Amino acid sequence: MNQNGYKITTRNLSLSYGPKLALKDISVGIRTNYVTALIGPSGCGKSTFLRALNRMNDLIDGVQTSGEVLVDDIDVYRNDVDVVALRKKVGMIFQRSNPFPKSIYDNIAYGPRINGIHEKNKLDQIVERSLKQAALWDEVKDDLKKSGLALSGGQQQRLCIARALAVDPEVILMDEPASALDPLATAKIEELIFELKEKYTIVIVTHNMQQAARVSDYTAFFYIGKLIEFDETKNIFTSPKEKQTEDYVTGRFG
Amino acid sequence: MQALQAPNKSETTLRSITTTSNTTTPLASQGNHDGDSTKLWWKKRFRLGEFLIEKSITAISFLSFAFIALIFVFVFRESLPIFSTSAVKKPAETKQVQQETYGDETPAAELQQQVDERKRSVENLEEGGATAANLAGKIWQPVSSKPKYGMLPLIVGSLKVTAVAVLFSAPMAILAALFTAAFAPKWAKELLKPAIEILAGIPSVVIGFFALIAMATFLQKTFGFQYRLNAFVGGIALSLAVIPIIYTITEDSLSRVPKVITEASLALGASKWQTALFVVLPAASPGIFAGILLGIGRAFGETMIVLMATGNASILSGDLFEPVRTMSATIGAEMGEVVFGDTHYTVLFFIGAVLFLFTFTLNAIAEVFIRQRLMKRFEGQ
Repeated sequence: MNQNGYKITTRNLSLSYGPKLALKDISVGIRTNYVTALIGPSGCGKSTFLRALNRMNDLIDGVQTSGEVLVDDIDVYRNDVDVVALRKKVGMIFQRSNPFPKSIYDNIAYGPRINGIHEKNKLDQIVERSLKQAALWDEVKDDLKKSGLALSGGQQQRLCIARALAVDPEVILMDEPASALDPLATAKIEELIFELKEKYTIVIVTHNMQQAARVSDYTAFFYIGKLIEFDETKNIFTSPKEKQTEDYVTGRFG
Repeated sequence: MQALQAPNKSETTLRSITTTSNTTTPLASQGNHDGDSTKLWWKKRFRLGEFLIEKSITAISFLSFAFIALIFVFVFRESLPIFSTSAVKKPAETKQVQQETYGDETPAAELQQQVDERKRSVENLEEGGATAANLAGKIWQPVSSKPKYGMLPLIVGSLKVTAVAVLFSAPMAILAALFTAAFAPKWAKELLKPAIEILAGIPSVVIGFFALIAMATFLQKTFGFQYRLNAFVGGIALSLAVIPIIYTITEDSLSRVPKVITEASLALGASKWQTALFVVLPAASPGIFAGILLGIGRAFGETMIVLMATGNASILSGDLFEPVRTMSATIGAEMGEVVFGDTHYTVLFFIGAVLFLFTFTLNAIAEVFIRQRLMKRFEGQ
């Protein structure tokens, strides 16, 4: 899409909740079809940054944003940008799995339906494809009518991933997608991320540094609203340039 | 002084325990000397104040339950004679011969019809008692030489007015709730919610008066119906009382839909409206359904508004623009003039019992929907 290989670029992105500054001058480039991890201690702004990328922060009262977020070279904070279209392109997975109180099938068909797809076999295809991509098909194919809330935590999170995939996004933002899951379910999600980066650009916020090291190609370290260091993951974890990054990834604070 | 002594005291006790651990008698005497508070700190104590408060709160909460039970028992006991026709005291006919009837002002054509019907019912009924056939009749004329207790016009009247009220108020209340829960900016929410809830606090006689004086004239001018007061006007007036009930419960259950679900929908590229209609509204549907049920219950039982705004004529017809009389209004209007223990009295209580059962059932169903269905839905069972 983008000639220089960057799917999302931010330029001097700053954000404040009322008087409280949450992000200061973040400039970062997120490469197409790579996994970028955002790490940092709690309250450092990494989730805020993630939510700024598809304008989910718009839903919070009193948020002010300045600077630019370029998705495919378009500044999404421009007045004439359709937020709905942006969010179709830049999907999101949340920390707590949040399936709709509907059947598994309807959970996934929801996105396509609001986009005007109503033919039964087309929807069937999308549901099957999305569930397969999210590695959930084999577990649920016999009871698609069951409530999405009846699944286990890990399955629910994969259902949410399948639901996000059903609307054909180009970028998937993941906000600590495995923080509420047990190690086995986490491993499955990580495996999934690995497969998904073939087709999608992924940005993942994580508390777990091993997870960042395992799944990501690039890592950004945030501290108190500032981007301290951004580099290839192996550099961040083996030879960080900044002292703060080194202290954090070696577990001296955070 | 006490504060200074305290550590010493405990130290000596401690020492005495360690030194005389194998002999029990000196320890016991020393313990008594020091006071029970240190030795028996673990002992259950009886706190009279707390005991009394707890018991009186329990008693008061069961008192309201007792009230409901007593109303239930009273209403049903008074209507009991209806089920055994022989027990019904027959009205003293000799006195009632000269009694005026309500049929006097009926238009000629209808009068003829009523006379015919009366003839028929007189043929079928003996003495105008509260027999099943009489209760199922089409004429409500309790004060007459041959009293007729046909509840059909009253039941149909109640149903008509309730239907108008609920059909009008449910969409308005649900949309208003959806707006406040999903779209309204903060200031609008803070203005709308209390405003609509205040509507619930307006005395129904005030709503009735407003409907009688202002609303009826306005509606008659707008729609051009023949009778100024009728089921339609009553229903619209009633909806002023029903809207706050449906609104409040709907708004509560909409706000109870977890925010993460809304976010999920928006993150999928759904617009606000799509999210509200296809995610939030269905998720809250048990609560909304319960709200409508409670609204129906209120509309069915409401007395003052319908007494004032429906025209109060017990006519059996399907026409919404004809005057009606509801079950509740009948009790409200006639109970004050009825002879204690009379058949008429019993029949009024029977109507009350029917009303009670109806609203009680609705409330019970609504409770089940709110408590169980709505909660289960968010907990995933």
